[in-house]
Amino acid sequence: MASAAENARRDQQGKIRARWLLSTPALLIIFIAAIGPLLVMLAYSFMAKGDYGDVKPGEFSLDGWFSVFLQRDIFDDTLTLADAHLSILWRSLRLSVITTVLTLALGFPTAYFIATRPRHTREVWVFLVTIPFWTNLLIRTFAMQQVIRNEGVLNTLLMWLGVINEPLPIMYTDWAILFGMVYVYLPLMVLPLYASLEKLDFRLVEAGYDLYAGRLAVLRRIIIPLVKPGIVAGSILVFIPSLGAYVIPRVLGGGKNLMLGNLIELQFGAGRNWPLGAALSITLMALVMVAMLFYVRNASRAGGGHG
Amino acid sequence: MARARFDIRSQPGFGTIALFTFALLYLPIVTLVVYAFNASDSLSSWGGFSLHWFAAAAQNQAVQDAAWRSLIIAASAATMATIAATMAAIATTRTPPYPGLGFKYAFINLPLMVPEIVTAVALLIVFARVKVWTGYSGLGYLILAHTAFCIPFAYLPIRARLEGMDQSLERAAADLYAPPWQVFRRVTLPLLRPGIIAGFMLAFVISLDDVVISEFVKSGGQDTLPTYMLGQLRRAVTPEINAIAAAFLALSVVLVTIFFFINRKEA
Amino acid sequence: MTLKSTTLGAALALFVSAGAACAEGQLNIYNWGDYTSPELIKKFEETHKVKVTVTDYDSNDTALAKVRAGGHGFDIVVPSANYIPIWIKEGLLLEARPDQMPNFKNMDERWVNVPWDPGRHYSVPWQWGVSGIGINTKVYSGDINTSAIFLDPPKELVGKINVEPEMNDVLFATIRYLGGEWCTTDKALLKQVRDKLLEAKPKWLAMDYSVTEKLPSGDYAAVYYWNGAILRARLKNPDIAFGYPKEGYPVFMDSVTILKDAKNVENAKAFMNFIMEPENAALISAFAKYANGIKGSEAFFPADMKGAPELNVPAEFEKAGQFLETCSPEVSQLYARIWTDINK
Repeated sequence: MASAAENARRDQQGKIRARWLLSTPALLIIFIAAIGPLLVMLAYSFMAKGDYGDVKPGEFSLDGWFSVFLQRDIFDDTLTLADAHLSILWRSLRLSVITTVLTLALGFPTAYFIATRPRHTREVWVFLVTIPFWTNLLIRTFAMQQVIRNEGVLNTLLMWLGVINEPLPIMYTDWAILFGMVYVYLPLMVLPLYASLEKLDFRLVEAGYDLYAGRLAVLRRIIIPLVKPGIVAGSILVFIPSLGAYVIPRVLGGGKNLMLGNLIELQFGAGRNWPLGAALSITLMALVMVAMLFYVRNASRAGGGHG
Repeated sequence: MARARFDIRSQPGFGTIALFTFALLYLPIVTLVVYAFNASDSLSSWGGFSLHWFAAAAQNQAVQDAAWRSLIIAASAATMATIAATMAAIATTRTPPYPGLGFKYAFINLPLMVPEIVTAVALLIVFARVKVWTGYSGLGYLILAHTAFCIPFAYLPIRARLEGMDQSLERAAADLYAPPWQVFRRVTLPLLRPGIIAGFMLAFVISLDDVVISEFVKSGGQDTLPTYMLGQLRRAVTPEINAIAAAFLALSVVLVTIFFFINRKEA
Repeated sequence: MTLKSTTLGAALALFVSAGAACAEGQLNIYNWGDYTSPELIKKFEETHKVKVTVTDYDSNDTALAKVRAGGHGFDIVVPSANYIPIWIKEGLLLEARPDQMPNFKNMDERWVNVPWDPGRHYSVPWQWGVSGIGINTKVYSGDINTSAIFLDPPKELVGKINVEPEMNDVLFATIRYLGGEWCTTDKALLKQVRDKLLEAKPKWLAMDYSVTEKLPSGDYAAVYYWNGAILRARLKNPDIAFGYPKEGYPVFMDSVTILKDAKNVENAKAFMNFIMEPENAALISAFAKYANGIKGSEAFFPADMKGAPELNVPAEFEKAGQFLETCSPEVSQLYARIWTDINK
């Protein structure tokens, strides 16, 4: 009998080994082309910068991290907060939050609208949301550019309607970036919200009305709490890529309104400061991780009922 | 009587906002496509209907090369990612928890959480060094990088499919003395096929769409269609770019439609 | 398993062939965006049976950073005059000796003994020009021969200005505007330079490269930009005028160089010789609308370039133009920090 138990245990171990073997290719590729490089970058953030880019290998320095937050004035050597970087960080955070709020404001009613259609038309509406979602991000950004430029559709329309006399200069402002991000990330908000709303049990809503709750009260006290996991998931899905946006501010921001992603790129190109770029990248990742933690905590508190 | 007409599902204004959202989602795309058929060479004025810009784009050698390169990369990366993801999915589903299982989940899904620009500059650092050491600077780097970020996308639908499959058929085959390999080939794989196809298509589209990582990893003469377009967007934009974008858009729509119908049939 | 193994095999084959593809008959050029004549490339491909790819960069620093990082795969790069000494010093360039090539006889003597490459051992001129002011005269009709247009902009232009994002050109114009000399280390003056730029920048709309489209379309009303692009803008919209800042404006020359780790050296050398042919040099200019350094190429210029005000400096402004010399690394570092300060 003892040897049978022994055999079962050995069999079990063999299975686990086989499972490790099977997952090796995926783990290896991700290590080589994603996680490994991130570790190298972490190391680079602690090295001295080279004269024309790159680092001086092996030469330890905290300058990269130092200059994320602080700067020494070129002229009087005083130490101040690195307002150049902090203002870009602040712009990134601010624009990402506003994007999240706006996509939620548009996405919630949209998802609700889809979820309350008859079953067979619902799929078509969802499909209509998925098409822009799977369209190349660059193409969508470019499409937005054609709408908001001085002689674009929006300005032409507004001038034709007589609302404005001169084109609104939207391109190359924070507004342009905001328009672009809301447009590009909107499907990322609608889809998880819809997944939650679709499962909403309308008998609970009915019960609310039976107890003489008004529409607003039903929305606020019943519907929103029930679909909170969807709201949190959608917000995270929009917030994280907004924070790391690179293409949208590059195309719509005109090289003047940088976001964190562009600031990072600048350090690896014309800025010639790789350690700073590496430190900024890790800062960005840390911000994303904080947002993720917030999500995980909320999701588990909601009982993991999100789908 | 009023109570009977009261629709508990409706919320005032939601329908209007929803229609506005759909208009917002489609207005830019429609504008883009319409201007691809503009006969005039400026984006500001309409000069009549023409296929001129599609012809120009199709004859542009740089566009042809970039499109071909994008397809090669997407096909290779999606294939490798799907194979790796299928193996990983089999290793991480339908099993009692074992040490390292949570680690594997986290590891495989990590590329989804790291901002693209961060992965991109990290790859720039490492691949630049490797290119100097090995003297090889071909498409392999782009394919490898794409494979890595495609794995989690391929993994998701395959894993979902596996979790929904019960093991009784496989057990029955094993009881009939089919060797494990036979069981996998004749039972597991056919059942898993829709998940694998969905995973492959997701990975393919994701690879085709990538701009940021390709932009940082590419060597000389390795523009993909999106990085080529990014370069063009910085300056004089002609409707040729609209034509390229419209063609690209059509390809995406076709793929998504196929994906939609496969999923619907399975559901 | 046949399906899977064939796809795997196909993927592997692609993988390998992708590596082998960059063998013979290729030339990879790394050049400024919107700067390379497609006709020139086509002609070179046909006469030399070589496949050419062109990749764009947007600043000298970007190109330098990318090439220095290694593994870039380029054969030819086209840096500006003041960067060539850095490229040579960093050991990135091949001493290709264009001065010993057959077509060197066509080179304008004016461009042979240049300070950045005496005797032309490394480089062949691609194009040269100046940075100046481009204005939509419908929006502003005052004096345009001044850097005040973008440093102290008149109110009609506020919020409608685009400035080229090239550090040295912008700093040069500002230093001269405030009465200093290029490569100055006078900290009091440099502080003024930074403050002036910090004050002016909010009045700009963009620092971007799409001038040939957005100046004629009216998206920009004024630009500080390179003359050739402004000429192209004028050809689309006759309201555009060009001004030479009297306080001082930079003259640039970008030159074709071969990289030391180029894989297609012979093709790259053939390209150098090819562009010293007047007819070919004229193709370069006909596309981007800048002058080149080859004698006799003007004969092949398109009509719209002959006598263009953007290319013919009026005598009164000739002295204000200046080639930027390469400052010492310390000064460059200082300038780079000022630039970072401005780019927040």
